Amino acid sequence: MTLPKTLRGRVWKFGDNIDTDQVIPAKYAIYSLDEKELGKHAMEGVPGHETWASQVTAGDILVAGSNFGCGSSREIAPVAIRGAGISLVIADSFARIFFRNAINMGYPILQSPQAAEAVEEGDELEVDLEEGIIRNFTKGDEYRAEAFPPFMTELLRMGGLVPWVRKQLEERRQSVAARG
Amino acid sequence: MTEKILARGAGKETVVPGDLLLAKVDFAMGHDLTIPPAGRIMREQMGADKIWDPERVAVTQDHFQPAKDAASATLGRLTREFSQQMGIKWYFEVGQGGICHTVLPENGLVLPGELIVGADSHSCTYGALNNFATGIGSTDLACVLALGELWFRVPETLKFVYHNRLKEWVEAKDLILYVIGQIGVDGARSKAMEHTGEALKYIDMEARLTMTNMAIEAGAKNGIMEFDEVTKQYLDGRAKRPYTPVTSDPDAKYEKLFEFDAEKVELGVAKPMSPDNYAPLSEVAGTKLDQVFIGSCTNSRITDLRRAAAILEGHKVAPGVRLIITPSSHQVAIQAEKEGLIGTFLAAGAAWTTATCGACLGGHMGVLGEGEVCLSTTNRNFPGRMGHPKAQVYLSNPAVAAASAVTGVITHPGEVLSKMPAGIR
Repeated sequence: MTLPKTLRGRVWKFGDNIDTDQVIPAKYAIYSLDEKELGKHAMEGVPGHETWASQVTAGDILVAGSNFGCGSSREIAPVAIRGAGISLVIADSFARIFFRNAINMGYPILQSPQAAEAVEEGDELEVDLEEGIIRNFTKGDEYRAEAFPPFMTELLRMGGLVPWVRKQLEERRQSVAARG
Repeated sequence: MTEKILARGAGKETVVPGDLLLAKVDFAMGHDLTIPPAGRIMREQMGADKIWDPERVAVTQDHFQPAKDAASATLGRLTREFSQQMGIKWYFEVGQGGICHTVLPENGLVLPGELIVGADSHSCTYGALNNFATGIGSTDLACVLALGELWFRVPETLKFVYHNRLKEWVEAKDLILYVIGQIGVDGARSKAMEHTGEALKYIDMEARLTMTNMAIEAGAKNGIMEFDEVTKQYLDGRAKRPYTPVTSDPDAKYEKLFEFDAEKVELGVAKPMSPDNYAPLSEVAGTKLDQVFIGSCTNSRITDLRRAAAILEGHKVAPGVRLIITPSSHQVAIQAEKEGLIGTFLAAGAAWTTATCGACLGGHMGVLGEGEVCLSTTNRNFPGRMGHPKAQVYLSNPAVAAASAVTGVITHPGEVLSKMPAGIR
């Protein structure tokens, strides 16, 4: 699954230091292998967002403050957000394991302090993933996202770590075969 | 030190912060919540049918095991089957292992100079043993299991120097809570925390593990300490492989230097609802409690239980409060039994459980209800961590937790026991 060049959607806004227990409370880890079920409970731990997932329209964009996804290493955090229908997460900054997990899943995330500061809930955004440009139709603004190192961009483009590992395994098999 | 280990893993002379590299992993860990997805991704999506080295992987049944419900039993079964099919040497069944971050160090599986990953955020714990250890996700773990390699960004290093010695009653937990309170939950985001200084000489290995365990609560990639006599003694007779320690160069570059006078650090807690919400104990003393929990990979090793037992000896848990004690491994439980600590706990009216992550992550055996107040020796107290999002969780060291269980309110341990007996640490 490769990424589209642009995404368009309506914004859901969150604050700083949203941790993984709020993104997806640990009790739902029993659904680790069921993205749809996880999606139903995404962000449920954020006070006032107990029924948030049911209000998301597929393609909506989540915009958060700093250190988004801190806490646990659970990959079900980005899985749940994707399962809820969110097409892209933009934050002022990400906690490192959430960041890794999203890139490894081939799930688009953007780091943009500018957007995190200016965007408000309900704004309509169009995001050019390749150029890292975020256009806000509601406000008529435009923001830049920080560029990722080439390897990460490559992983995202390929669809994450899974196709990358498949390729590595294939190369290893071929080199074993070549050696005969 | 962090840079040297990553360079070694990547087969390079030197690396600098910001470099992205592919490095060989020395040891990997997964558990009942992370092995099922990693195993599925590895086999069904990546197309690998075996793991890179069955002797360099550990698997524990600790988070929701013994199974708390039918769905957890399925995760436990998938974890068990995958471990058997892959021939994983270090598989720890219920009743034989316990919490991963206690089990791996106590079995000598995570060693100096090594590059270690675990599909659990508190994998940074192992760094007290002079290695680079960090938490990863399930797709990451699938990649490591298939290839024995993973991508890393070389982190900037923050150096923390602790001068002098901790005062009576003040523990490594108080020190790390204080530090996180100073720098914040994103104060070391994606960076290495290197702990050093005179105070560490007097902090034993179990307490050092408490400090590196909480690196992630400051957002750090890893926490690491120098190899010294304490490290060597801990590993003698325990290490399962030969190892080569790493040292920091005298001219090593640090992004920032933090200096603390350990002697000035007071007994403290993290107040609800964030691990960086530090307060000296005096500020919260008297807070009424519903539950006290002594457990987790942070503070439930044998030395922690000895201090708790010293406080509880001859006392009863206060009416209206429940005290739950969960040893962090089966070996800890066996030792606690030998030393008579379990008898002390039971006589005091504490609930003693099997070794599991349990209540720490709101899993089972001590989940909090709406509005309940808990004092816990665990590592994080974000909203909903231990149960209901409106439960209030304070973090403390085990002696404070035990004393507070006796009085029913947050209490200085000196009010219950005049002095910690010599030899108990």
